[in-house]
Amino acid sequence: MAKTVKNKTTKELKSVIRPNKPKNDKWQLRLYIAGNTAKSITALTNLKKYCEQHLSNRYEIEVIDLLVNPQLAAGDQILAIPTLVRKVPVPVRKIIGDLSNEEKVLVGLDLRPIKK
Amino acid sequence: MSRPVKKSNTTALEKTPTGINGFDEITNGGLPAGRPTLVCGEAGAGKTLFSIEFVVRGALQFKEPGIIMVFEEKAEDLEMNVASLGFNLKKLQKDGLLWIDHVHVNRSEIEETGMYDLDGLFIRLAHAIDSINAKRVMLDTIENLFGSFENEGILRSELRRLFSWLKDRGVTAIITAEKGVGMLTRHGLEEYVSDCVVQLEHRVENQISTRLLRVVKYRGSLHGTNEYPFLIDEDGISVLPVTSLQLEREVSSQRISCGIESLDTMLGGKGFFRGSSILISGTPGTGKTSIAAYFADASCRRKERCLYYAFEESPPQIIRNMQSINVDLKKHIESGMLQLISTRPTLYGLESHLVAIHKKVKQFKPRTVILDPITNLVSVASASEVKSMLMRLLDFLQAEGITVLFTALVFDKENALQADEGISSLVDAWIQVRDIEANGERNRGIYIMKSRGMNHSKQVREFVITSKGLELVDVYLGPDGILIGSARVAQELQEYTGKELRSYAASRKDQAIQRKKLVLEAKIASLKEEFESVQEELNKTFIEEQLKKEIIEKNRQELTKNRNSRISENGKNSKK
Repeated sequence: MAKTVKNKTTKELKSVIRPNKPKNDKWQLRLYIAGNTAKSITALTNLKKYCEQHLSNRYEIEVIDLLVNPQLAAGDQILAIPTLVRKVPVPVRKIIGDLSNEEKVLVGLDLRPIKK
Repeated sequence: MSRPVKKSNTTALEKTPTGINGFDEITNGGLPAGRPTLVCGEAGAGKTLFSIEFVVRGALQFKEPGIIMVFEEKAEDLEMNVASLGFNLKKLQKDGLLWIDHVHVNRSEIEETGMYDLDGLFIRLAHAIDSINAKRVMLDTIENLFGSFENEGILRSELRRLFSWLKDRGVTAIITAEKGVGMLTRHGLEEYVSDCVVQLEHRVENQISTRLLRVVKYRGSLHGTNEYPFLIDEDGISVLPVTSLQLEREVSSQRISCGIESLDTMLGGKGFFRGSSILISGTPGTGKTSIAAYFADASCRRKERCLYYAFEESPPQIIRNMQSINVDLKKHIESGMLQLISTRPTLYGLESHLVAIHKKVKQFKPRTVILDPITNLVSVASASEVKSMLMRLLDFLQAEGITVLFTALVFDKENALQADEGISSLVDAWIQVRDIEANGERNRGIYIMKSRGMNHSKQVREFVITSKGLELVDVYLGPDGILIGSARVAQELQEYTGKELRSYAASRKDQAIQRKKLVLEAKIASLKEEFESVQEELNKTFIEEQLKKEIIEKNRQELTKNRNSRISENGKNSKK
């Protein structure tokens, strides 16, 4: 039941959004971490997994280690670590945490599973 | 856990001066160095300004670079807001003395999944600290983060970590927080920042606001625990260090004239003591302001600056009114010796008045301060509050060696002796001017209720205000009590008449004697004439007698001669 509802909404959304969003548009994702902490590593592996599943070859992940480049934190208003920032497509979305909840990440990124 | 360590540190607790007027005096040196301080208060209490002043003054006055991390205002807004205080944040940033970071978290674009920490904030802060080698940090208002993150548990533990991290970094930090219900802060930040807590308050009483500052807690240091009023003006925050009554000030035995010669005479001939406090009380229209103006004038003539607070009249009004009694205040204002400041008591709270006066005194450095009249302050606060305020004002002024003159209005004639605002016991000299009503007219009487440390006159004088100025006239003491005003004048006239009459009478007697003398002299002269004529008469008869005698003698001799010849020539005789 819930699935059908979801499918329905995604279908509706697709029809609305599709003209603005060409398929070859690459997703630019930025992951802010601070050193190789357990949380950072979990976040990165989770992110890669979701992207492979839903955005195969249509994504770019840039990992920024704030311990190396602390001045970059202000630009994206980073407070929490790890933070995932979706730069493209706009609007900018941010997801904080180790991305362990797939459902939330996908909703947060406004990412619909294409293989389903 | 960490307590024993702190306790051992108490003796050598380092402090960082804030540079905020008065605050360092309250805290004996400033905020605890290298530790975070919580500044809490309601919206609009002045938290942001307090912390910005701390950072900016640190950069300007103590060459300690600082970081401003704001969580609500944008950096540009912030710059504009403090530009009115003369702080040029842009320049400070260019000089590497200031780092502004605006932390903005938009809840709507953030999704939370799984575990996270606030390392980003730490890194930003660390980066800022390292970049300019900052010694001071302000976080305004970090509580905003509570609205930005879902997971309060994480946030709390991260904040706790942040504060201890700040401590480890050895920066002196100010964290601002909104006042909560029944708590110092809305989210209980006081749990984490335990070294020093400063509370700012904005209290409105009778529609008049007073800003108050209180050091709630200062671990390891002595600090004033009172609520200290403070003022925000073009120079930023000024806190008034309300010192407890310290009766240790040095006193001066120098005497200064009050401007009215005859009043000086009443005060042992020399006037008031320098640095003393004088209260002039009286019913309406008795010339209190005139006395005050004379005092101001005298002070300016001595080339001593005078600060005149008028709570009733505007400066031009006072100048005009005083010109009518021959006191030219305008020239003193122009020469910079006198400052007339007119404020309505209701302009701001009592304590703010105190701070304002305090500040002005520090700035203008007067030798004389006049408050005219203090009675009006009651419209702002209760009498007891006014008393405590005046007491502190007196303390401050006397510690500075400033002579202060209050005027106070007394309404109730019966109660005229009742202490005006209860400060009569605090002042050194108390002069009362009261109107004495008799014979259908009102006159002013002046007398010295007390004057510590001098032998003053105990008499009532009549106090006359004329276009030439103020004057004290000896009242007439008659069998019916004291006579003043026209009664005194009448009495004086009467006395004068009596004197005239007496002198007239005397002169008439003189004349009579003169006349008698003349008469007698004339008599003497006529008697002398008489005597002379008698004498002449006598002389005449004497001469006649003499002549007669001579003639008779002659005749007898002739006769004798004839007889002798007859004897010899008898015949001849018969021929004859």
